[in-house]
Parts: sequence; structure tokens; C-alpha cells
Amino acid sequence: MPSKVLPVINAENVFARSPVNFDERVAGAGGGLSLRAGATVETLQVNVGKLCNQACKHCHVDAGPKRTEIMSRETAEQIIEAVRRFRFQTVDITGGAPELNPSFRYLVAESRAAGAHTIVRHNLTVMFEPEQGNLPEFFREHGVEVVSSLPYFLEGQTDAQRGHGVFAKSLEAMRRLNDTGYGIEGSGLTLNLVYNPVGAFLPPAQSSIEADFKRELQARYGVSFNRLYTITNMPIKRFLDYLRRTGNEERYMRKLVEAFNPQAVEGLMCRSLVSVDWTGRLYDCDFNQMLELGIAAHLPQTISDFDPAQFSARPISTAAHCFGCTAGAGSSCGGSVVND
Amino acid sequence: MAYYEEDDLGHFSDMGKHRPDLFEKFMAWYQACQEDGALSRREKALIGLAVAHALQCPYCIDAYAQSCLESGSNLEQMTEAIHMASALRGGATLIHGLQAHNSVNKVSM
Repeated sequence: MPSKVLPVINAENVFARSPVNFDERVAGAGGGLSLRAGATVETLQVNVGKLCNQACKHCHVDAGPKRTEIMSRETAEQIIEAVRRFRFQTVDITGGAPELNPSFRYLVAESRAAGAHTIVRHNLTVMFEPEQGNLPEFFREHGVEVVSSLPYFLEGQTDAQRGHGVFAKSLEAMRRLNDTGYGIEGSGLTLNLVYNPVGAFLPPAQSSIEADFKRELQARYGVSFNRLYTITNMPIKRFLDYLRRTGNEERYMRKLVEAFNPQAVEGLMCRSLVSVDWTGRLYDCDFNQMLELGIAAHLPQTISDFDPAQFSARPISTAAHCFGCTAGAGSSCGGSVVND
Repeated sequence: MAYYEEDDLGHFSDMGKHRPDLFEKFMAWYQACQEDGALSRREKALIGLAVAHALQCPYCIDAYAQSCLESGSNLEQMTEAIHMASALRGGATLIHGLQAHNSVNKVSM
């Protein structure tokens, strides 16, 4: 497991350079309209902090084992108060490895108790960290939807992105989840995987690569899952750093811009969710959160001041990285947004 | 001036500055060939990669290596496609040896 914390890119140069302005492109495709949220905020995405047992090369959070920015109990309680009060359909918990936060199990249990569909972005290998061995049973007890990154069904590609030994551990974790019922057809326990390209290229059609993953993971390793989500690598933090170090930034950004799909705009996740960071601050999405690209200035800025009426049809803060979510079939935390 | 410039791949459409009608016809046909049909996009990208190697066109190799990745192929699969192109080229060379043999045999006792 890599313990080295990768360098944070130059803070003055955090935005990818794009040949085209995103807002202008959206306006051009939508009759001069700007990007706005939908009528209701369906999902509260909670990023509990940057602490992680892995340090993946593409991580847009710049998460790692030495990061100390994690959510306090007080902030977690403010979040649960909002979940109870505003009845979000879905609470989507991410990090870092969210399980490493002392308030993680509280957040899950209380979100479920409030009736919210609860998703945990679970990196699989955290299951082998101290006191995390019973995670499959905990997930099952609370009916959590588990979403796990596995960039490829082969060891070489997966370890190249996520660190040496991650693939073998991930398979072992999947076996444990399968043994608990996760990813088994008919069990009602959902294990979805996330594919993201191991490099500076766009993901393939979701249905096509999902079929490959299902066939190969079952045949080679005897493990199963429900759905595969394809997610485009966002030109942010470590992945942007990689693009710059390898001379790929211009080519990748041109690729994203050329693949702009107006049909993907309607289904963008920022139109139906609000993202909250480890301090309780609100953002339009997890990517904006990492860039500290704040929510519109006229809106309440923290979860303790959240008001759904004010967030209805709010203007979305954008920058060049947004082309990552509109390229090709589109990209979101729930995979592609346009049918293949 | 280098004979091949990497950036030229992104400027392919400049070929349409003259006789745009011909370029548009070509592009419509070219794009239609890439779509899912009786063969999948992925299979077509692998064929494209193999042909690119047989033609030894650096632009096509670059473009189809990317297409293969973005349609879900991995390096093992792409390498097999390249071996197919190589094997065909090798076989095509070798079978022409029969022409040489025939030529020799025709004038030999």
C-alpha cells in the first residue's frame, strides 16, 4: 500500500486550461441559457475528508494516509440534522476513505434512520485496515449501497493507478462482500463498481465495458457485482498534475471539449445534488469542492444554513474541468448520463 | 520541417479547405464506418489499429490506439491485433516466394 503523499499541484494554477469557456459552450448549445440546478436537491453528497489508506495517482481529492483534514463530530451532527429536516432522497458519503472517519458509522446509521437511500464510496482495501473487518456486515445491517472503484479487471492497470497490491486486496474485499450478499443477484444488496480510464483518455461505452468486467471478473476470479459506472478522469489535482507532467493537458482538454455533448448537460449531477465538505461548507459538486470553487455567493454557504427553496434552480459555478462531465456519454458519480 | 507533425492529426479538417465537398463526403463515409453495426465499435477500432500498422501511418496508429482504449480494449488485445497485421504482412511476403520459385522453375531444367 503506498504511504507516500503525492505533491499537491501549484495552488495558483489549479484550474485546467481549456481552449473554450464552458459557460459559453453551454450557452451556445442551449440557446443562451446558463447552467442551473433542477427544482429540487435530491442528493446530499458528504465528503468527510481527505484521509485515505490509498494514494491513487488520479485522485481529485489529493487524498492519502497522511492527510489530516477530516470531518468533526459537530459537523457530522449538523449534516444529520439537515438530513432529518430536509429529507434528502439520497445521502452519498465519500472521502478519502470515509470509513476512516470516527463519525462514519454515525453518519450512515442516522442517514438510514432518516429514510435516506445511503451510498458509501468504499475503496475496498480499507476493509483490511484496523477495526474495519466487519464493514460488509455493517453495510448489510444498514442496507447501504456500496460503490467501489476498480479501474480495470486486470492487475497491471489497477495497480498502476491505485498502488501496488491494490488489485489483489480489492478482489479479496469483493469476495467478502459477495459472501455477505453484496453484488449477488436477488439479494437486494447492491455493489456497484466504478471504472475510470487508467490514463488520459475517455471511458468506453458503459454497457460495453460492464459486460467485459462481469465476464472477466467472474471467469478469472469468481467475483460478481451489480452495475459498472464509467467515470471520466477530471482534470483536477493529481490527475491534472499528471496531465501537465506528461505533456498531456492540452491534448486531453481538447479531447474533452471536442467530445462536448449537449445531451449530457441535463443529467449533470450538479443539477440534482449539493456537496458538503469536511468543514460543513457547501459546493455544487465534489470536484468544485476540491477546487474551492464555491457555491453562488448569494446562497447559504454552510450545511447549517441550508435552505432547499433557495437552492432550487440555483446557478452552478463552473470552470474548464466541467467539460469532463459533458464529454461523450457524460460522466457523474452514477456513471454515464446519456444512454450508450 | 519534419515530415510528420503530431499536431497535424488535430488539423485533419484543414484538408477540407480545398474542395470541401469532397472532404465532407469522405468524412460522412468515414464516420459512418466507425458506428456500431454488425461489428461493434471496439472490433472496428481493433481492425483500424491493425490496418494502421499495415499501412504504417503514424497518424492512424495514434488515432486508433486512442480509439481502441476508448472503446474498451487493453494492450494485450491491441497487441494481438498488431500481430495479426504483422502476420498478414509476413505471410503475404512469404507466399510471394512462390512467384520467385515459379519464375526460377520456369527457366530451370
